This record gives sequence, C-alpha cells and structure tokens, in this order.
Amino acid sequence: MTEAAWIEAALSGARPQAMGALLRYFRNLDTAEEAFQEACLRALKSWPRNGPPRDPAAWLIMVGRNAGIDAARRVSRQQALPDDEAAVSDLEDAESDLADRLDGSHYRDDLLRLLFTCCHPDLPATQQIALALRIVCGLSVREIARAFLVSEAAMEQRITRAKGRIARAGLPFETPNAADRAARVGAVAAMIYLVFNEGYSARAAQAGAHNDLCHEAIRLGRLLLRLFPTEPELMGLLSLMLLQHARAAARFDAKGEVVLLEAQDRGLWNAQAIGEGLALLDKAMRHVRSGPYQVQAAIAALHARATAPDDTDWAQIERLYATLERMEPSPVITLNRAVAVSKTAGPEAALAVVEPLSGPLANYFHFHGLRGGLLAQLGRSREAAEAFGRAIALAGTPAEAAHIRQHLDRLALTGQNCTD
Amino acid sequence: MLYALLCYNHEDVVCGWSEAEDAAVMEKLAAVQDGLRAERKLGPVARLMPTSSAMTLRKDQEPPIIVDGPFAETKEALLGFYILDCVDADEALEIAKRLGEANPGGSYELRPVRMFQPNSAAAG
Repeated sequence: MTEAAWIEAALSGARPQAMGALLRYFRNLDTAEEAFQEACLRALKSWPRNGPPRDPAAWLIMVGRNAGIDAARRVSRQQALPDDEAAVSDLEDAESDLADRLDGSHYRDDLLRLLFTCCHPDLPATQQIALALRIVCGLSVREIARAFLVSEAAMEQRITRAKGRIARAGLPFETPNAADRAARVGAVAAMIYLVFNEGYSARAAQAGAHNDLCHEAIRLGRLLLRLFPTEPELMGLLSLMLLQHARAAARFDAKGEVVLLEAQDRGLWNAQAIGEGLALLDKAMRHVRSGPYQVQAAIAALHARATAPDDTDWAQIERLYATLERMEPSPVITLNRAVAVSKTAGPEAALAVVEPLSGPLANYFHFHGLRGGLLAQLGRSREAAEAFGRAIALAGTPAEAAHIRQHLDRLALTGQNCTD
Repeated sequence: MLYALLCYNHEDVVCGWSEAEDAAVMEKLAAVQDGLRAERKLGPVARLMPTSSAMTLRKDQEPPIIVDGPFAETKEALLGFYILDCVDADEALEIAKRLGEANPGGSYELRPVRMFQPNSAAAG
C-alpha cells in the first residue's frame, strides 16, 4: 500500500470517532466537519514528514479541536491569526496521549451521538442516509449524488436541509433512556440496511457506485456491532450484509446485466465474507433471541452454503420466510416465500400464494415477473405474456427489462412449437 | 528459536480497506512470505476475522461464562499471527521490519514460543 493510500485509510478509519468527539466539543455539525477537514489537511502535510501517529483518531481530535477553536477566535476578532502549522507538526506524543485519555472514555457515547444525530427521528430516511454517508462515512456530496442518481446540487440541498432540521431540533446530547436507546439503535440499523440495499440495487450498479455503498454499510454495521457487541440482531444485520455482498462479483455479467442467483458462478462468491457472515450468524443464534435481520441472514446463509443451485434447502427457506412474515408482515416477503414454495411444491401452489398479492403489489416489477414465470411453467402462455409485458413496463433498469424480454422470447418460441 | 509474530492494528483502518487495497497488501505480504518460506523460516500464518466475530469464554469462574467480543477491548486489536523460525531476536526483528514495509501501520509483537504443536487441522 502506498503512503497516500495508507494515510487515506487511516483518515477514513478514524473519521467516525474523531467526528463524534468534535461534535461533542462544538455541538454543531458544520463546525465539527470544518474542524475535521482542517485536521485532515494538516495530517496530509504532517504525517508523510513525521510518520503516522500511533493513534490517528486522537491526533485528529486534538488538531481538529485546536483548529476549530482558532477558527472561532478568528471570526470573533475579525482578523487572521498567524499560521500555527509549525506548532501542529510538533505535536508531542504527550499531548496526543492527553487527548487520548480525554477522549477514550467518551468513545462509545461520541459514536452513538453521531449515529443518533444522523438518524434523528425528525429526518426522513432519504435525509438520514445522505447525512450518514456524508458525516460518518465521509463520502463527498458528488459520490453520494452519483449513487442516488440525483444532481450534485440536489444532494447538497438535501444534506443542507437535514442539517438545518437537526440544528432546529437540537442535538441529542442527553443520554437516552433504555427504551429510547433501543428504538434509536433500531433506527440506525434500519438506516444502515437502507444504505446497503441502495448499493445492492441494480440502479446503483449501473451508476458504478454499488460497491461503495455496500462497503460503507458494512463498515457502519461493524461500527454499530462494536458498540453493542452482545446484540444478536446487530450480528444478524452484519451477517446478512456480508453474505449478500459476498455474491457481488457474480451478480452482474460483463455487459452489466443482472445474473440471477441460480445462474451465478458460485466460484466468484467471496469465501472470506461468507465465512465471516456464517460465524456471526452462528454467534447470534446462540442468544436464542431471533429477529428479522437474523432470519434474513439465515436465508442468505442457506443460499451461501449451497454449492450448486440444486443443493439449496428450499424447504428451510420457505419456513424462514414464513417466520419473517409473522415478524414483519409484508407482501414482498410473501412474494419471496412464493419463490420457495414454487421450488418445494410447484408452480400451482406458488401461484396460489402470489395471486392474493395482486392488489398491494400491482406496481411491483418482481410480482409480475414471478407471476409470469409461474404462469409460463403452467403452460398459460397468454396470461404469462401479459404479466411479462406488465413487468417490462415497470422495470427500473434496462437490465431488468432485458431479463424479462428473454422470458417473453422463450414464451414465443414455445408458443411457435405448439402451433407447428 | 521459534517466535510468534503477533499483528496488531486499528481494526477500523484494516476493515475499512477496499477489496482492491486489501488485495494489494496481501500480495505484498505474500511476496515477503514466499521469501521466508524459501529460507525455511516460515511456520503457520493466520489472519483472524474481525473482533466482532469473537467470543470469549471466561473460565475464571464456575460455571464459565461466554461473552461476545474479544477478551480485551483495545485500540489496536490482534488481527493475525505468524510463527517464525529465527536464529535470534535480531533476525526476528529483521523479518518483522520486512513484513512491516509491505504493510505499514500498526505494530508487531514478537514473542518467543515456549511450546509448539503444529498438529494437522485442515486449513480453512
């Protein structure tokens, strides 16, 4: 790894903790962010010359705090102070040790406050995600905008609005009680999984940003689990993301089109990520306190464990989806169960599960895709073609539409064979 | 003399490497390892999963209790280890420096090994 790459990794690794501490000092997101940026600039000058500090986060907190205080003084005096770079580059280990002692004890609270701030209950999910990616992960506005396929100006505005709302609502500096805390941790976990799903979606893949977002979500998941190391649902969340992301290299072909699970080259799956996901799930299940993330991770684990599509334990997957339906009733989960039913009990049984969903999922691409597929298997070609047509109309990406078109072509071929 | 070389680093940093960065570091380390292997100085090498996957059995009480997470919450976590066969401490330190050039950041702790059983568990 080059020096520049190492420094960049150290800066982004230290970022959440340093931002959390600076937010505690300055109680304002913008000031904390500016102080952190300034500390990073000085690190880029000082670290190559003096070597990396033993504790990058403590260094950044110390330097960022001083920079923030100087900036405030300059503003209040309306005049520039002499450049104090020399003082900074001479920062003694003793000083950084002091910062370390001051901040080490706050580590957990600082990080939690930072995460809770980004997941403030007053903010809509889209703003929570944008803010977390900007503030905690340090992605640039341009990178976030690209991942969400919006203009940079629109994303800038979204983040500014989010900050404005937080400033008006007041930062959560009090320690929340146990019930509040659980709800807020749940909100942070939900935000992290939304970031992951955004990255996992075909839409982000087309923008070339899918790995970035999945990577950031996994990092945030690790961070949150480290704060609550005994919480099985957070183990489940990290396990779920690792198991799903393990398939990243196999999910798209050379043309960028989606490769379905059944057709993926399982040799491209990331064995290390699968290993970690399985270990975390194993650990979570020992707590015997199940939850939606653990159940979804268990489903992903059954896919990951199958060395070939035919080895998939669909009966167990069907049971797990049924469990998930009881925990979080949703037509999309029922639709997923229908896929498992089609493998264990055939297309007719699956269609019986699918048909009642026609109301709530009328505008859902995958509903029409699956329904078309089941109808085709049952030889009801005309209805299948209608369903596929509906799916194409609702496809979110050209790749999704192309995939359904293949089904339609196959249908047309078999139709010809019948008439021949 | 056998030495254990214990690898400590900030987990936030190492876990934050992108796949490409991770692969680049591993490739550089592999080059050093190949040299050590050829010199017959390299024993088992292990890279550990993140501490979030760890469990700790506290056996200083009866019955022992199982705690999620690593034994100690330290800033720099134990992320892997090597077993090296060196003539003396100087050589062990020299090897540690070579590995450190391939993978800067963090620390290596060198500890002479008191007892070593290679055994034969299948590699993962």
